[in-house]
Amino acid sequence: MKFLFFLLQMDRRIVFVLVALAVVAPLIMPLNLPIVVGDKVRRLYDAIDQLPPRSRPVLVSVDYDPSTVPELQPMTLAVLRHCFSKEVPVIVTTMFPTGAGLARDAMETVAKEYPNLSYGTDYAYMGYKPGYSLVILGIGENFQATYPSDGYGTPSSKLPILKNVKNYDDIAIMVDFTASAAYEVWIMFAHQKYGCKVGAGVTAVMASDAYPYLNSGQLEGLLGGLSGAAEYEKLIGAPGTATIGMDAQSIAHILIIVLIILGNVAYFATRRHREPAQTATPQQGGSA
Amino acid sequence: MMRRQVPLLICFVAGIVMLSQNFIPPLTWIYQQALEWARIISAIALFIGLISLVRVHTMKLKRKAPNYRYSYVTLFALCYMIIAGFLTKYGVFVKLHAGCDPGSAGEWIVTALEKALNFQEIFLNVQIPIQATMFSLLAFYIASAAFRAFKARTFEATLLLIAAMIVMLGRVPLGQMIPGVKEITVWILDVPNTAAKRGIMIGVGLGMASTSLKIMLGIERTYLGMKD
Repeated sequence: MKFLFFLLQMDRRIVFVLVALAVVAPLIMPLNLPIVVGDKVRRLYDAIDQLPPRSRPVLVSVDYDPSTVPELQPMTLAVLRHCFSKEVPVIVTTMFPTGAGLARDAMETVAKEYPNLSYGTDYAYMGYKPGYSLVILGIGENFQATYPSDGYGTPSSKLPILKNVKNYDDIAIMVDFTASAAYEVWIMFAHQKYGCKVGAGVTAVMASDAYPYLNSGQLEGLLGGLSGAAEYEKLIGAPGTATIGMDAQSIAHILIIVLIILGNVAYFATRRHREPAQTATPQQGGSA
Repeated sequence: MMRRQVPLLICFVAGIVMLSQNFIPPLTWIYQQALEWARIISAIALFIGLISLVRVHTMKLKRKAPNYRYSYVTLFALCYMIIAGFLTKYGVFVKLHAGCDPGSAGEWIVTALEKALNFQEIFLNVQIPIQATMFSLLAFYIASAAFRAFKARTFEATLLLIAAMIVMLGRVPLGQMIPGVKEITVWILDVPNTAAKRGIMIGVGLGMASTSLKIMLGIERTYLGMKD
């Protein structure tokens, strides 16, 4: 009983230490847990994988800010690596001001791994454009009018990759990486209005929101959180930070589940022994 | 009178025209024109936002409002990043390097300035770690909050708790090793989750359509800053 009361009154700093250990330990001593590829991730992989080399370009939109980098940057890198390895042209853009640096960093990181591919011909970085849905609609009307120059200031007319890109008809598929509802805007305008295929990579907490679009066929495929990124890394055969992070996430999830179970056991087992007032509002005073 | 009627008339006409162009192909040019205008306006809005930010923080400094010292940090960071952005974009350091003798003190100063004012490097090494760290702290607070507050007090809470635990297990490799967990997770996300989300989305869609109509017809006027 003492232990149960201890659990109920446990200092939150103990929980913090346990979470820190659960996250750090697997990073130091990897468990190499097997990654099982889900259907949603495979659908996006297949949509890109079936594109022939030098096909119509894939449009990648990096619509997130640095706060969600650990989850979303690995999936951006994985999709870019997939396109680069297949020599499928890639156009990278962002609708977020803080996404500009991330988009550029992701593209330049992957580009260094493929020195045979050249900027302007095989890939291009279009930078940030203000206007969000207006930019998405603008691409459907006239790509080069929407992006008169790339993210480095080079006129779009001088980029061979954009020579045949007039609108969404000339984009093989667009993939939006986001921690917001940006992918819904791409679905609403790029897919519904202009018929462009849309895929998405979102944070784990947002993945469930995107399921209706998958079932209706409005999304080609979905990468949900770090696990989605790890699954994509497995498919392309290039394990990265997402694969490493899955061990830590596994242990952290198990820890949280154990904590919830212990919290419930302690709460119900000690209910009769506590005062009525305390029973009515258990632990309400303590902050998270 | 004019302050109320003219904006309502503009809104009504713009709404009707933009709605009709979906059904009348010869009117598509209006849509294309409106797109151009709106893009220019949104770029101007960004500039207005910048002015507003500077004004708010300058006022805070003038009034010595609570925590006004943070405004110094905001304004300094704003100016620093604007300067760094312009210097990097227009290749100022490249030109300065060209004008310096190799190995000279001038070149050393230019190199040091280039490193200190490299827009992308500042972004990668300052902003990303700061924001990622702030967001990562959520893991600790969520774990603590779940332990303290996630109790099976009612039937609905129990259902939520069980579903949450299964999905948490089914989304990680360790949980997927337990037979059946992955399949149940997929079912929870594909069936009850999707059904609930669809219901919400249809409701939101109908709400958006009716609100748009109310705005166009001048019934909803709160955007003008008036209640009736």
